[in-house]
Amino acid sequence: MRVWLPATLLASLLLALSAGMPVLEPLFNWVQPGKQQVIYERESFLFLLQNHLMLVVVSAAVGTLVAVAGGIFVTRPFGRDFLPLVGQVASIGQTFPPVAVLALAVPVLGFGEAPILLALVLYGLLPILRNTLAGLEGIDPAVREAALGMGMSPVQVLVRVELPLAGRVILAGIRTSVTINIATAAIGSTIGARTLGDPVIAGLVNGNTAYVLQGAILIGLLALTTDSLFEALERSWDRRLQSVGV
Amino acid sequence: MIELKNISRRFGDTIAVDGVNLTIETGEVCVLVGSSGCGKSTTLRMINRLLPYSAGEILVDGEDITTMNPEQLRLNMGYVIQGTGLFPHWTVARNIAMVPRLLNWPRERIDARVDELMTLLDLDPSAHANKYPQQLSGGQAQRVGVARALAADPNILLMDEPFGALDAITRENLQLEMLRIQKQVRKTTVFVTHDIDEALKLATRIAVMDQGRIIQHDTPENILRHPASDFVENLIGKQDRGLKLMSLRPVRDLMANHSEPRQSEPGEHTLREEDSIRLALSVMLWRDLRQVAVFNAQGQETGVITRERIIQEGV
Repeated sequence: MRVWLPATLLASLLLALSAGMPVLEPLFNWVQPGKQQVIYERESFLFLLQNHLMLVVVSAAVGTLVAVAGGIFVTRPFGRDFLPLVGQVASIGQTFPPVAVLALAVPVLGFGEAPILLALVLYGLLPILRNTLAGLEGIDPAVREAALGMGMSPVQVLVRVELPLAGRVILAGIRTSVTINIATAAIGSTIGARTLGDPVIAGLVNGNTAYVLQGAILIGLLALTTDSLFEALERSWDRRLQSVGV
Repeated sequence: MIELKNISRRFGDTIAVDGVNLTIETGEVCVLVGSSGCGKSTTLRMINRLLPYSAGEILVDGEDITTMNPEQLRLNMGYVIQGTGLFPHWTVARNIAMVPRLLNWPRERIDARVDELMTLLDLDPSAHANKYPQQLSGGQAQRVGVARALAADPNILLMDEPFGALDAITRENLQLEMLRIQKQVRKTTVFVTHDIDEALKLATRIAVMDQGRIIQHDTPENILRHPASDFVENLIGKQDRGLKLMSLRPVRDLMANHSEPRQSEPGEHTLREEDSIRLALSVMLWRDLRQVAVFNAQGQETGVITRERIIQEGV
């Protein structure tokens, strides 16, 4: 249970801050003197957090589905021909800055939640795809050979052997993808999506450092929470394998 | 019985296996031996349809394997490979239980079978059943590999250089183990190796392969006595043949039996009936003895073997 403790603490802090930001008013008055309003109040932080999280979760779910399916496809005998192409796209895509993805998405999809979702899915795909490939390709060929040779059907080999063995690496890919996307989602505020980036943008526009700080703190906390959640997941995954006295 | 009829396999322009005809009788151990790239592994992997063949026909118990569902075919063929191919995310017990689970055996039957096999392969179930493959030594891992192949009691056992990656002592132990197990279970076995000594030790019949063809298919003794070509002669080692032949014959063949078994204590310089004549000669040379007492499995002295007889009739 101890592995889940940091994630739980961070999540509590995140919720407490989102709900009770006004309590810190004196602090922000000190940070940003001479403004009438130092607490962002155009939307509740809880709503922004919820919307931000929704964008990240939906894009991560779609991205994981597509990337894992794609990774599986190009490592099957019938999809092998596409492996070099997909592998290259996955690595090149990583060098593409997320803002650029967003800039390209807006002209196509207009403003609002749709372009940021597309950008998040596209950008989040790549780390997962890359790790799915690494995980599946990293399996000892003897293991696959034995599984097939002993009478497993290709689907059984995939579900019972390959995915469990590659799972740890795929999970690490999802972790990277989600963490990046929590930051990227905030940029969505520039194109009209409601996210924790809203106070940051508003603060920048109005020269209100307190707003910027509030948005940034919550985004940072959200990223930390999610990351430690994945950390705990990975640890308990490892532990499952090592449960018998190594 | 496995019959390969005129089997060929091409990879692009190169011919890996070229018109192989081979019949493996039920219960015999057929060893395919040859240098790497001679097509022996390819031949093996065509028998369980991991590789397709370009021409010819393979029959298992009279039935063409291409008419069978490949998974069904493989479930009835134990498969052991060099790298063991154990599933690293499963315990030893779960690894061994793989095929019985695919066949939906009831749980109690699987557990009993896993215990039985681990005992057969000299692995203590209480100590090893819950370990993961990474926690085993190379020899133990390969024992698990063999146990896994035997789990659902298949009629056929395919072994692709199973002991190739092991150190000499472990390999020797596993070879002896395999001879012992084979005596009990009598599986139709196809065994691939590049080690002629391993082939001579384990085979009922040896098929020597070179450049995708079978050069000679015969008993170990006939291969040693009448090699079909220079290639085979080189493979078995021209000068070494005398001793190799001696290692094929048991002491039982050349000993002078006592009229009645005697009770006496076997010592360091005594032999068992199933020891090889080569070993007998070695003991005599090392201990400078003219004759050595021979004991049966019950520990009774049943006869003696003399140095003269070995020199005269050993080969």
